[in-house]
Amino acid sequence: MKIFAYSILGLWLIAVLAGHLFQLNPNSIDLNVILNNPSANRWFGSDDLGRDILARILSGVEVSFFVALIVTVITMSVGVFVGLLAGFYGGKVDAVLMQITDVFLAFPGILLAIAFAAVLGPSLTNLIMALCLTGWVSYARLTRGQTMSLRNRQHVLAAQSLGANVPRLLFRHILPLLASVLVVEATYSLASVMIAEASLSFLGLGIQAPNASWGAMLRDAVRYMLVAPHYVLIVGGCLMSLILAINLSGDYLRDKLDVRTER
Amino acid sequence: MGVCLYLIKKLSSFLTVIFGVLLLTFLLIHLVPGDPVEVMLGESASTADRAALRADLGLNKPLIQQFGSYLSKLARGDFGHSIHTKTPIIDLIKTRYPATVKLALLSLIIGLVVGVPLGIYAALKANHWQDFIVTIVSVRLSAMPAFWLGPMLMLIFAVWLGWLPVSGMESSTSIILPAVTLGFGLSAILTRMTRTSLLEVLNDDYIRTARAKGLSEKTVILRHALRAALLPIITIVGLQMGSLLAGTVITETIFSWDGIGRLLVESIEKRDYPVTQACVLVVALSYVVVNLCTDVLYRLADPRVRRV
Repeated sequence: MKIFAYSILGLWLIAVLAGHLFQLNPNSIDLNVILNNPSANRWFGSDDLGRDILARILSGVEVSFFVALIVTVITMSVGVFVGLLAGFYGGKVDAVLMQITDVFLAFPGILLAIAFAAVLGPSLTNLIMALCLTGWVSYARLTRGQTMSLRNRQHVLAAQSLGANVPRLLFRHILPLLASVLVVEATYSLASVMIAEASLSFLGLGIQAPNASWGAMLRDAVRYMLVAPHYVLIVGGCLMSLILAINLSGDYLRDKLDVRTER
Repeated sequence: MGVCLYLIKKLSSFLTVIFGVLLLTFLLIHLVPGDPVEVMLGESASTADRAALRADLGLNKPLIQQFGSYLSKLARGDFGHSIHTKTPIIDLIKTRYPATVKLALLSLIIGLVVGVPLGIYAALKANHWQDFIVTIVSVRLSAMPAFWLGPMLMLIFAVWLGWLPVSGMESSTSIILPAVTLGFGLSAILTRMTRTSLLEVLNDDYIRTARAKGLSEKTVILRHALRAALLPIITIVGLQMGSLLAGTVITETIFSWDGIGRLLVESIEKRDYPVTQACVLVVALSYVVVNLCTDVLYRLADPRVRRV
């Protein structure tokens, strides 16, 4: 399974690099080949404007991965910081911070991101902002729980009694112990941010035309499903392979790092 | 007394969350970059129209006062008017909400009817190949989003096989594809949960006792083991109602199902922000209420939790 997951991820990496190498153009329109089936020239066929689907898929995965990476880094930093504070200080600080995360958690799944993206207006920056505004909560919860249990470990108490200040305690003595949990969480969240980005793009709230994004491609593909089923099959298949591969490597990391958390 | 105290505590945290949800949805319209009135009406609108809308939305008053009147209007069931159609938003919600509830309930039933028996099957065949296949399918496919599954089902059952309508709500079978799309993820999660919690229970002493008494395997599983194993399942169902409700936004858009999720997307496309705001609020409130009910039910159902 592990080899399977890594080979799919490797394949995607090679494909994106190859796309750059051969300078595939995801935006070149050719109205003679609208919705053509896959052929030797265009391996994945062409879309409703005669653009090469393969080129668009590759450029889409690049953007999507870029968004997922940025969002994961930002949400993790903010969430971990909030979680560390809440878990370390406990009491009122904890109560207030957790009440705030409760409010964010009261919005089901992606709804809040949709709402934010809608009022901010569709663009790449706003998409990232909307996903960040909603994504930090799970990290905050996770970190808080872990910090609370680590806070009274002997090495932390020892450091404290030797006069270490709070930032030192948090970042030198507690955070390193959270690393493996956070790495696993980040891997899974990479997949879920990619899904969220695609969902927003599917609704027209994410990456804007003519730039390629899997969500928007899938929406177009559904529109032309009757005449060109290859389009929806290819985009759907690519999406599935990537999400599965990322989640499988997450599982592998979890087992390897021996992380036991309820997801 | 324990139960009373618990209910009071739960209710107070519930009210705080509701307040937070109201505040956040209220602030949504203020996140619009620039002047929300201009964004909604477009640049060609007359000054009088703009002033009228500004006054209607109360945007010319201080923020605190705006929030106050927002709350008092909501308390009277007044969500304001749609900018586009001028109809009261409450009427829009009244026509759209039942469709979403219908869809969500049917997918919940699909999730339960498929997920729980499959989970029992997997638990009984634990570590056999049947278990392996069920687990792989449920773990992997539950990660797939609705906007992937929906088109795939549509392609297979509507386009290729022609068994079901592609989209819309005209025929009575129209609901099947969107409900399966939504219910699938839930059933996968339920399969996994049922399997895990049943396996845990099956090793307990009282199950060994039941077997030793000579009860049939069916009675042991259904009457003794499953009853205990069902508790975590209630929680999961409650928690999953959230993603179910959020999933309706995408699923309704794919299948042109006229529910509140599609209303939300339409309002976003038309920049009809009061409607957007109302939809977000209604979905979020439904979620909060469902969660509260699940939590209370769970506490009341389990004698062990009740005492704590």
